[in-house]
Formats: sequence, structure tokens, C-alpha cells
Amino acid sequence: MVSEQLVDLSRLQFAATALYHFLFVPLTIGMVWMLVIMESVYVMTGKPLYKDMTRFWGKLFGINFALGVTTGITLEFQFGTNWAYYSHYVGDIFGAPLAIEGLMAFFLESTMIGLFFFGWDRLSRRQHLLVTVLMAVGTNLSALWILIANGWMQNPVGAEFSYVTMRMEMTDFWAVVFNPDAQAKFVHTVSAGYVTGAMFVLSISSWYLLRRRDVEFAKRSFGIAAAFGFASVCSVIVLGDESGYTVGEAQQTKLAAMEAMWETEPAPAPFNLIAIPNEAEMKNDFAIEIPWVMGIIGTRSLDKQIPGIKEIKARNRERIVSGIEAVTALDALRRDQNDAAARRGFEAHKADLGFGLLLKKYVSHFDQLTPEIIEKAVNDTVPRVAPMFWSFRLMVALGFAMLLLFGLALWHSVKGDFADKPWLLRAALYSLPMPWIACEVGWFVAEYGRQPWTIYGVLPTHLSVSTLSVESLYGSLAGFVGFYTVLLVVEMYLMIKFAKQGPGSLGTGRYANEAHA
Amino acid sequence: MLDYESLKLIWWLLVGVLLVGFAIMDGHDMGVGTLLPFVGKDDTERRVVINTVGPHWDGNQVWFITGGGAIFAAWPLVYATAFSGFYWAMLAVLWALFFRPVGFDYRSKISKPTWRKTWDWGLFVGGAVPPLIFGVAFGNLFQGVPFSFDDHLVSTYSGSFWALLNPFALLCGVVSTAMITFHGAIYLVHRTQGEIQWRALRAAGFFGGLMVLSFVAAGVWLWMGIPGYVIQSAVEGGALPNPLAKTVVREAGAWFANYRIYPATLLLPAFGIVGVFAAQALARSGRSMAAFWASALAIVGVIGTAGAALFPFIMPSSLDPRASLTVWDSVSSQLTLSIMLWATLIFMPIIILYTSWAYRVMGGKVTAAYVRENSHSAY
Repeated sequence: MVSEQLVDLSRLQFAATALYHFLFVPLTIGMVWMLVIMESVYVMTGKPLYKDMTRFWGKLFGINFALGVTTGITLEFQFGTNWAYYSHYVGDIFGAPLAIEGLMAFFLESTMIGLFFFGWDRLSRRQHLLVTVLMAVGTNLSALWILIANGWMQNPVGAEFSYVTMRMEMTDFWAVVFNPDAQAKFVHTVSAGYVTGAMFVLSISSWYLLRRRDVEFAKRSFGIAAAFGFASVCSVIVLGDESGYTVGEAQQTKLAAMEAMWETEPAPAPFNLIAIPNEAEMKNDFAIEIPWVMGIIGTRSLDKQIPGIKEIKARNRERIVSGIEAVTALDALRRDQNDAAARRGFEAHKADLGFGLLLKKYVSHFDQLTPEIIEKAVNDTVPRVAPMFWSFRLMVALGFAMLLLFGLALWHSVKGDFADKPWLLRAALYSLPMPWIACEVGWFVAEYGRQPWTIYGVLPTHLSVSTLSVESLYGSLAGFVGFYTVLLVVEMYLMIKFAKQGPGSLGTGRYANEAHA
Repeated sequence: MLDYESLKLIWWLLVGVLLVGFAIMDGHDMGVGTLLPFVGKDDTERRVVINTVGPHWDGNQVWFITGGGAIFAAWPLVYATAFSGFYWAMLAVLWALFFRPVGFDYRSKISKPTWRKTWDWGLFVGGAVPPLIFGVAFGNLFQGVPFSFDDHLVSTYSGSFWALLNPFALLCGVVSTAMITFHGAIYLVHRTQGEIQWRALRAAGFFGGLMVLSFVAAGVWLWMGIPGYVIQSAVEGGALPNPLAKTVVREAGAWFANYRIYPATLLLPAFGIVGVFAAQALARSGRSMAAFWASALAIVGVIGTAGAALFPFIMPSSLDPRASLTVWDSVSSQLTLSIMLWATLIFMPIIILYTSWAYRVMGGKVTAAYVRENSHSAY
């Protein structure tokens, strides 16, 4: 049996490396469109100010991008190094979007970024703008394919298990691509990236305005960021992940956990604004409810019910019992593929195979099963409520705070008086960390909320790991965290240095703090 | 949809193409990284060297990422078994590669000499370590890797990282590092002039020689001392993949069987050697572009030589030979192979097209004057 320590360490390593990666990705995704906007204005008006804006914000974009690439390399290979059984079991489906991401998106993005930085004097204005646009398209397509892969982990459509090859196999590629879960995630995640990019430019521009330097440069940047940010934050909230909650059981489970909804309420269900979830007794010790809101957000209807945690667990108990049959039949088929009785048993229960595999966390042979063990596995099927409940609320609160900020920023940007509103500029400056916190917490809600599965309903996290030693995991985890932390410090140092210096770092002779060659 | 057997063969070729593409494209900028501290004597010279690959290293590195993704999609069992088995070797590659993006992008943003020198050595590590480990990994494939599967195809690797570093594998590491460094040197001859070019030419002389010598030595060692693997049971190319359904034995000289059956494959080792000499001669006579392609041909030859010898094996198991991974039984489903074939056929030409455009736009010699004029934007 796989040791729990190994599983926990493997999860921790994946979480750490993915969260580090996700410090850089949203900014890249958002900044790249800001660069497209700035450069488009430059090409249309010919004003050098907009070229300088593209180049200066591009410089900061580059510092961020370098670490995005560094931390991204790990993720392409970590499925193989640390999640070997996962890679074998679902590689037939999961590998394809990753490979297509490389072919269709990442090549484009990475080739164009070279021309973006070095091609200014060698390309015509229009050619350079085309390069920037292609870089942006590549970046966003990259996010699309990664989220198609991730969406499949939440809602595994278009695939079937084969007992001969002992893995999931793709049956319908387009179902995987047009997985509604993936599409909802894509919109939500890239919009969050756009907000991050906008906040970055808004905050730093505000800082210049507060110091009254490079005013013209900062004002234009602020205006673009305010408009782009407002549109994006609306998109995050309105077209948010919510649209995905009606599809797939994984999302229902997540929804119940992050809403601390123990019972199935009559439709439309109320929304728990604040609650104190009590995991042991499966109830909330205290709750402030807003009637109807949950039902409307979750189902976009007044009459569809949302299942509560108790109902979900009861359903899963049946599936685990049926899954025992599936696993037993599979074992017989692995010994003899012509065993007709086993094949019949397997076909009848194979939809619940994954649920049967949940028990492998506790026993390696099913003759050791007891009702207590089954109960433990049932309880595992819903993630812990309190972390889900609070992280979701933090994310949403940050989203609305940013909506307010960008709303005010846009309002005063249209009126043209934001430069004389130090309170607004200060608010924008201090809000800088908000989108990053929201993104990281959002990642946590989506992925912790999927537990105990790597592939919902198909493959338990517990079985997905590589058979490595715990010592190896301690070593590699320490290595990753140490290496990344050093790089992060270096990155922050450079970012702050150049952000402080401002557009003078371009050495054009038009700004404060000019760089000396 | 093509029949399963043909798809399996095509994917063996395609993975080979991706590997060769990686070695030619990412290889030349890794070679440049390895040579950086030696061919660039002062800061300006080093910036010249770095800027020969400045606009391109990032796109080139995607060959590595895409190669990983393609192996995941087409050979999931290989992706799973090899990367988890070679755990520390793989991490060493990743950690070495970490130095590249930050090394390229951050190095020239601060002018302190210690800062810049530190990143120069970072770029050296990022250039030299990955090819060394890939070579070592290939060396171990020829000897068999100690892994096995249980009934549910959970793989267990029973070796250690240190066992990978055996003499034959290290020799293969020398072949691969010399090959990549040689390739980088030829590229530098093409993109630089004066002193740096002259030093690059000398490096090409040395590493080309080392590459040919070690390549021949590895071949002789393989012939004399390393038994190959042979599938004994009947091979059904179109069957559903199950790596436990065959019997495999070890046999002296088996790694040369394909060369006996298909003598045309002997062209591959010939390319590996002739390519090097041709590249050296062309580089010396000033035809550096042609030299680059000759060096690329040598890479095709060396990687092709290894692939043709191993075929149909990808990763033989020394612990349980029947569990060896082959092109027939460690592949994805017919549908996935077919979709991935289309994706590759559609996107690969497009990639080659815009990559060529990028090189054309940024083409020409990189000079000290260029670095001075662009000191705020160049690497």
C-alpha cells in the first residue's frame, strides 16, 4: 500500500510548485493584452509615448515572464516524476491537450516574445504589432489548453476505462475540448489574469502620480488599466466559475462544501453569507442566510435543487458499494481476460470503479473490508468544509473589492480628475496584492475542492502517485521551495528596482530617473 | 484513421523527430551557454555571445516542453516509468534548466560584475548539465533499467541515482555533451566575428573530435560488452498495448541486429561522423550556414543511431525483461495517436515557418557595437 506520507508530500510538492507558477502566469496573461492595447494606440497615433509605454511595461512583463517559464518547465514533467500512475492511467486523454498546448500555443508565444523584445528596430510598426498580438494569442491559447486538461480532471468526459490496457482511453476528443467545465474555467481564469495585469499597471502608475513624476506617462497607463480592469473584473464575476457548477458531480460536491450546505434545501436554496461549519456534527453552528441567492447563482433557476453534503455522501456510499464489485471483477479480469462472469460483473459496475478504488487507501485486499472502512471512504468523498468555505469567501470578497476599485478608477478616469485624488491613487497602490491572493485562493478552491480525486470519480489521489521514497520527496520538495524562493527574491528585487526607476530605465532621455549607459 | 500498427511506427519516428528537433534547436543555445564563460573573455564579449541566442532560446526551449508533452500523449507509460524512475536525474535537468530563463533575462539588468559572472555560470550549468544527463539516460537504456510492473501496471524502480552514473552511461553522456557543445560552437561561428569567432572555431575543433572519438568508442563498447534485448514471442503490431504480454531475452550483439537486417540504417552512424568533419571544414572555409546544417545532420545521425539500435525497444527492463517498454506496447490508444498525428502535421510546419522568420529577422552577426547601442534592451 502507498504510504499516506508519500501521498501528502507529493500533493504538497505539486501544490507548492503550481502555486509558485501561478504567481507569474496571471500577470503574463493580463499584461500581454495591455501591451497589445498600448502598441495599437502607438501604431494608430504614432505618438512615441505609447511606444515607451509598451516598452517599459514590456520590460516588467519580461522580468515576470522569465519566472513563469522557469516554474512552468516543472509542471510539464512533474506528472511523470511524481504522479506516474496518474500519467499512465489517464495519459491517453490528459497528455493530448498538454502536447497540443506546446504545438499550438507555447511555441508561438515563446518565439514571438523574442521578436517582441529584440525586433523593434528590425520590424515595421505593423509587423511588430502583429508580433505582439501573436504573443498575446499564444499566451491565451496556452491557458485554454491547460484548462482543457484541468477541466477534464474535474469533469472527465469523452473517455472510457479499458481493462486490457488498464487505463482510461479517449473516446471523443471534441467532448474533451468542449467540456463545459473547461470552457467556464478558461473564461474565469484568463479574466482573473486580465484583472491582475490591470491592477499591476494601475498600482504602479498610481505610485508615479502620487510622486508627481512621469505624469503624462502614468496618466495614460492608468486610464488604459482602469478601463481594461473594469471590463475584466466584471467578466470574472459575471462569467465566473458559477456557470460551471451545474455540470458534473465534482462541481456539485465543491459547491456544497464551499457553501457549507449540509442538507439539500428546497429550491431555490439560501446563500450562507457567514457561517461556522461544524464538520463533526455535519451542521453549521451559526449562519447568516440570504434566501434564494444560492439557488439562483448555482442553478440559474428557481426550481432546480442543489444537493447538500449529506445527500451527496449517501449517493457516494451506494457507489462505493457498487465499486467494490467493479474492483473485484477487474482483479479477476486482470488474471484472466476471458473470464466471462467477471466481465459481466465488471460491465455492470464499471461506472463506479473509481469509487471502489477509494477503498485502496485503507486496504489492499477487499477481504479485509469492514463497514467502518467503507464509512471512512464515504466521508473522504467530500473535502473538508471550513477551508473551502472561507477561501471561497475570501476570493469573492476580493473580487468585489476590486470591482469597486476599478469602478471608481474608471469613473474618475472618464472625468479626468483621478490624478488629483490621492485617496484613489493610494487605494490603487495598496490594492496591488489583491488579484494575486484571489488567484491563489481560487486555485485552492478548485483543486482542494476536487479531493479525494485527481480525476473526479475515476482515479483517487491516493493511487495516483509515483512509488518513490519519502526521503526523495523531502529532498525534492526542499529543493523546489528553496530554489524558487531564491528566484522569487531575485525577481522581486528586479521588479521593484525597475518599477521604481520607471520609464527612465529605457534610456530614451524623455523621463525622470534616466538610466546612464 | 490509419491502422494501429502504422500509427505506432509513425509515432516512434515522430518522437525521434521531436528529439532531434530539440537537440538541433535547443541544443545550439545550450551549447552556446556551455561555451559562454570560455569564448567570452570580458563582459561585452559575453553579451555578444548571449545575444546570438537572446531572441531565440525561449522558442527553442519549447522543443523540450513539447517533447515532454508528446511523450506523455503518445507514450504515457514511458513518460510515467522513465521520469519517475530517473527521478533525481530528471530533477537535475529541471533545476539546471531553471538557470536559463533567469540567466538570460536578468543577467544584464544589473551591471555588478559578480552578479553577471554568477549568471554566466548559471547559463553554463543550464547548457551543460541537461545534455550530459540525457546522454547518461540513453546509456542506461542500452543496459536496461531496473523497473517492474504489478498487475495494475503500477511501476516500481529499484535502482538508485548513483547507479545511473556507470562508466558506459557516462561515456554516452560525453557523446551527447560533446555533440551539443560542438553544435553550439558551429552556431557561434555563424553568428559572431573576430576573436569570439576564432575561439568558437577552436572549440568546434576540440568538441567535434571528442564527439567522434567518444561516439566510436561507445559503439565499440556496445558491440563488445553490452548484450541487447530481443522480443522472443510473436509481435502483433496492431494489438492493444499490454507490456506484460510478451517474453524478452538478453542476447549478445542484439543491439546490432537492426543494422544487419536493414543495412541502410548504417547511414545513420556515417552521418554522425561525416557531419562533424563536414561542419568543421565548412566552418573553416567561411560557409558557416552550411556548417550549421552539417552539424545538424551529425545530430540526426547520432540520435538516429541510438534509436535504430534500440528499436523496437524504448526502455528495456533489466529487472523483468518482459516488462520492457517497446513501441508496440507502451503507446496511447489508436484515437489519441491519430489525433496527435494530425495536430503535429498541422502545427509543425507552421512552427518551422515562424521560427525561420524569427531567425531571418534577427539574422546577421552580433557585434560589440550592437550590444553598446542596445545596452538597455539587449541581454
